[in-house]
Amino acid sequence: MNLDWTALGQVAAVSLAVTVAVVAVFAFGVLGLARYEGTREEGGATSGVGLAQAGLCFVACAAVVLYGIYLIVPQFH
Amino acid sequence: MDHITFLVAVVIVTALAFDFTNGFHDTANAMATSIATGALRPKTAVLISGVLNVVGAFLSTEVAKTISGGIVDDALVSPGMIFAGLVGAILWNLLTWLVGLPSSSSHALFGGLIGAVWVGAGSHGVHFDKVVEKVLIPAVASPIVAGVAALLATFLAYKLTARARSQSVTKGFRVGQIASASLVSLAHGTNDAQKTMGVITLTLISAGALGHDAGPPFWVIASAGLAIGLGTYLGGWRIIRTMGKGLTEIQSPQGFAAETASTTVILTSAHLGFALSTTQVASGSILGAGLGRRLAEVRWGVAGRMVVAWMVTLPAAALVGGVSASVVKHGGNVGTAVVALVGAAVAAGIVLVSRRNPVSAHNVNDTHEVAVRGTEPTKVGTAA
Repeated sequence: MNLDWTALGQVAAVSLAVTVAVVAVFAFGVLGLARYEGTREEGGATSGVGLAQAGLCFVACAAVVLYGIYLIVPQFH
Repeated sequence: MDHITFLVAVVIVTALAFDFTNGFHDTANAMATSIATGALRPKTAVLISGVLNVVGAFLSTEVAKTISGGIVDDALVSPGMIFAGLVGAILWNLLTWLVGLPSSSSHALFGGLIGAVWVGAGSHGVHFDKVVEKVLIPAVASPIVAGVAALLATFLAYKLTARARSQSVTKGFRVGQIASASLVSLAHGTNDAQKTMGVITLTLISAGALGHDAGPPFWVIASAGLAIGLGTYLGGWRIIRTMGKGLTEIQSPQGFAAETASTTVILTSAHLGFALSTTQVASGSILGAGLGRRLAEVRWGVAGRMVVAWMVTLPAAALVGGVSASVVKHGGNVGTAVVALVGAAVAAGIVLVSRRNPVSAHNVNDTHEVAVRGTEPTKVGTAA
């Protein structure tokens, strides 16, 4: 039996890093969205900053999703 | 078609039946948290998951070249043993579904095959070192990795959005969950439907109906894809309830974190050639997400029973597989028919018992427990 501890460690490290990064970026996006929706509801002057932050973060997450699909579909390799 | 003997036909039907139970057993892995948080309506969730499983089945060209990934000696495996192993796997899948426990369909299949080969060909047909390497180690490591990732991600998600408008936060993460859950479903389709295709293809090769190194014929891909998709669509609501409600109360940020962790672990390990159980990864993620939110309640009793089910899955399926294999070995075609009939009767019995306390799309979120004995009459729905 030869167990590939390096590969196991890689799986653990990559999984941890990617999960935390994706969720954090997504949370920042939600934060931007919440700020935008909050000011709009209060009737304040809506600045584009919140919306831009949300858009940027969600696009980054979408890119990760596309990369995930690329990994899943063997025809792309 | 004279290569298709009675036994081969029975194996194909049984393999598709296993594929079906695999589908409905595993709907929960992708969709339980989305259903629990209301990100998707129950029927919509299982429809998306079913369709993506079919799509995944057609996408995967790398059909499993071995039945078991080297756990048993493929050269010693006969169609009779495959049949016996499948019976063991199906019955264990149905039993755990009845009590609402998420257990690994892959482990059930491996267990059934190990038992059948052990009895049919002797213990030298089973590669125990491979069992440790391919089953035991990933089974321990993968839920822990997924759980820790989900825990950290959940903690961070709540920390970051603590002072933001809660409606926006809930809504935002719900939308995110649809994407993350869909990815889990697609990955599941490419992995699990393959196993059945591999089993059928190798049976056909061993019977001489296909040449060596032949890929699966179109009808094998189509029927395996449809069986797993249909199973997924029917939904193992009992398991969905346990995973979405039973382990912990899930909110949308937790659901998103859990599904992201599951997807990442499944994809990275598939990329690096690790076989693992989607079920165990998803369960680990959900537990981690439960712990990551402050004050979130994790029902350790449910988690404990689930872990016991994981440990028992392989030996239990092996036992049924072994008994079936000995009947098939000594009884020939009659023995095969007897095992098939007894297996079908037990399966029907389990389905009948489940009707006493059905869990369906209508009541899946009502409570967190899956009772086997009929208690007070709950809302009546079609059991699935």
